[in-house]
Amino acid sequence: MLRYAARRLLQSAVVLWAAYTLSFALLFLLPADAVTLMLSGGADEVFASPEQEAELRARWGFDQPPAVQYASLLGRALTGDLGASLTTGQPVTAAIAEALPATAQLAGTALVLSILLGGGFAVAASYTRSPRLARVLRALPPLGVAMPTFWVGLILIQVVSFQWGLLPALGDTTAAGLVLPAVTLSLPGAALIAQVLGTGLTTQLGLPYVATARAKGASRPRVHLGHALRNAAIPSLTLAGVLAGELLAGAIVVETVFSRPGIGRLTSTAVGAQDLPLVQGIVLLAAAVFVLANLVVDLLYPLVDPRVDLGPRTPSGAAP
Amino acid sequence: MLPPLRAPLRALARAFVTATRGAPRAASPGRAPATHTAHASARALRRYTALALVPLLAATACGAQSRAAPSEPLDGGTLTFALAADPACVDPHQVGNNQGLNVGRQVVDSLTDQDPETGEIVPWLAESWETDEDASSYTFRLREGASFSDGVPLDAEAVRANFEAVVELGALSGLGSSYLGEYEETEIVDEYTATVHFSAPNTQFLQATSTMSLGLVSPASLASTTPEERCQGEFAGSGPFTVEDYTPDQHVILTGRDDYDQASSRSSHTGPTRLDGVEFRIMPEAGVRTGALLSGQVDAIADIPPQDEARFADTDFTILTRPNPGVPFNLHPNLASPALADAPEVIEAVQIGIDRQEVVDTVLSDRYPVATGPLAAVTDHASDLGDRLAHDPAAAAAILEDAGWVEGGDGIRERDGERLEVDVVFAALFNGNENALELIQQQLRAIGIDLELRLLTPAEQTAVVDAGAYDFDWYNTTRTDPDILRTLFSTRYTNRTNLAEDDTLDALLDDQAAASDPEARAALVHDAQAHIIENGYIIPVFEFAQVHGVAPHVHGIAFEASSRLSLYEAWVEAD
Repeated sequence: MLRYAARRLLQSAVVLWAAYTLSFALLFLLPADAVTLMLSGGADEVFASPEQEAELRARWGFDQPPAVQYASLLGRALTGDLGASLTTGQPVTAAIAEALPATAQLAGTALVLSILLGGGFAVAASYTRSPRLARVLRALPPLGVAMPTFWVGLILIQVVSFQWGLLPALGDTTAAGLVLPAVTLSLPGAALIAQVLGTGLTTQLGLPYVATARAKGASRPRVHLGHALRNAAIPSLTLAGVLAGELLAGAIVVETVFSRPGIGRLTSTAVGAQDLPLVQGIVLLAAAVFVLANLVVDLLYPLVDPRVDLGPRTPSGAAP
Repeated sequence: MLPPLRAPLRALARAFVTATRGAPRAASPGRAPATHTAHASARALRRYTALALVPLLAATACGAQSRAAPSEPLDGGTLTFALAADPACVDPHQVGNNQGLNVGRQVVDSLTDQDPETGEIVPWLAESWETDEDASSYTFRLREGASFSDGVPLDAEAVRANFEAVVELGALSGLGSSYLGEYEETEIVDEYTATVHFSAPNTQFLQATSTMSLGLVSPASLASTTPEERCQGEFAGSGPFTVEDYTPDQHVILTGRDDYDQASSRSSHTGPTRLDGVEFRIMPEAGVRTGALLSGQVDAIADIPPQDEARFADTDFTILTRPNPGVPFNLHPNLASPALADAPEVIEAVQIGIDRQEVVDTVLSDRYPVATGPLAAVTDHASDLGDRLAHDPAAAAAILEDAGWVEGGDGIRERDGERLEVDVVFAALFNGNENALELIQQQLRAIGIDLELRLLTPAEQTAVVDAGAYDFDWYNTTRTDPDILRTLFSTRYTNRTNLAEDDTLDALLDDQAAASDPEARAALVHDAQAHIIENGYIIPVFEFAQVHGVAPHVHGIAFEASSRLSLYEAWVEAD
């Protein structure tokens, strides 16, 4: 178990470094840099002289060769100093720390909703005795996957907030403001879980051990929730790890539509302004969330299925 | 409440039916067939819901009730104003975007103020001023008793500290440092008198002292904070409001100053603001901003796109609008590009081949005036040269015909086997840009010119223009003073558009910059504008405008001379 954790930690470090390096390279390949962007200033009369432009580049170290910039950025990142945002001047760690709670709240609620909704649909679809209802329940998840988050959010705002006046359109940090954005963000994940878990349940219910359990007198609920669901949950659990990453991506859209502050908004403004230190910081955060979520999922496997062993031999496939 | 509900619900129900019918009978939720079904049903759902939204929107717009406005302004209350983007920085010295300037105007006062109607410069923090013969030094006599929100007195030393801070900021203060151009020093004559010296004539400086970019920030803040900290709102200003909290992507909260008593000579009242405070909310989605205003969740919104204006018809909500001064949206020819270098007839034909009125009527609204010259009509000393820009496709075709461009097989003209193709680079900074250019493309096609639209990011556009790899550049700029013409057209300046040396124009532009007599300056500026149009240095199309929405219970929101918000006189009726 310890060796397993150590190996996973090392892998995580490699993933973080790779994400950092790739995002640096990507931002460098773009045709313009933050200075040009700043001086293109939108609808305003900003016309900097070449000297002023050079001064700005020097201020942020953009006049150095890329390799030198990369090395110095990476060196500082290792000590926990991610630099300051080029557009707001705020330290990157502070900007992220300020935005993170709102997004964590949103994504956390959405994840719980996804699991409840998706799981509920899958179980209900395989449990119901009405073929009509089962058909409806099985047709809804694909619909949920296909509906763009952006559009769902706008419709929900339009109807629930503007028309009925039930909930605020400004998704601020109050509980009422959280409902619509969380529902919107949870739908794609819920639909995915419903599909995967639904397939799993159908497969499991057709296996001989279910017939055996039924023959031994186990009730329908017990067979469904005790036996089949437990076995069918493993692929969905893997999915939940992936979902953590998807929720961060979905937050960009949902936070824009619902005017919520958070990591998603921070990402879109940072990328738009090619704010290198800020983008790098967010990429590191996203990679860390992804790595962490998958680690948690892997550690959960043995709890769900006792056959899974995290010892050194089994998972990598190195047969004894 | 019920009838508008029924339509979307029915649409949803029908979409579900489509979805379930399409699903395979034997339940096999494998990804491939399921996704296929989902696409079809999503398409159906989108269509039905689009239809369902029509009555829904109409119902929203009808929700308002008429009311009688009280005749006397009331004190108290806060104003919630939704902005389209995060200002990124709230220090008026540093910020260059519209949002930041709108916030910045509320938190600093300026030496002078400009009357948006007449363009006249009137006293604010300076009671009076004098300019020397060639406009290279200015002496300001400050009003006594003015102060910053941290209690520091506003004196000649404070003026010096501010100008020096802006010069020090350099490119971080794109607007302010360009206004200070050839700044030499600020001389303290006595406690309340300061003289600003320039090493060259600088007529535009007086108007520039009325902008927020040269507004006054407490010297104590300037000394004790970094530019980055000031961007985050950590400074004491001279304005009627102070920054209480700035949370990026969320809000900027301003609080009225109780001890404020230094309003501009142009204001309708004195003393503290009528509002207790202002909350600027950042709401990036235009449709959500409009809905939030019409459903009473915010008091006012900025930047209503042309397609949303109709939602305000037949409501008590008002649209507050003013064109931006400066240079209108225009096709700025690159005179060094292969396609235009030796083809003045193409520029001449484009100038009269565009039907500006049709552009405004079709893809914009009448809040965006048709351009009548290189300067928008509300700019100081703007000339009306509209008759030289009148739409005349027959004359445009004749000009091209005479120059040897004959119609080819596909309607596009050719000369010596070369097609008449030009391109335009633009960014989607204003969401009407693409529609406007698509219409212009059609209009030019009718006279045989193929205009290629190149949609770029703002940064890419700047990079492409700097590299000179384009035919026309599409942009606008905001500036109240006509000196913007010198920035854009003088070959002795940055000359971004590669004008060949033009001594006549350069002389006119330099002379107006040095003319301290307003009448003499006006004549020079008029000549410069006529020269620019005659030589086809710019093809102006329409003027940009600020289009804001305001709820019926909100009064007194005003535009200052550069069409940014002024909230000192604003007030709200109690609920």
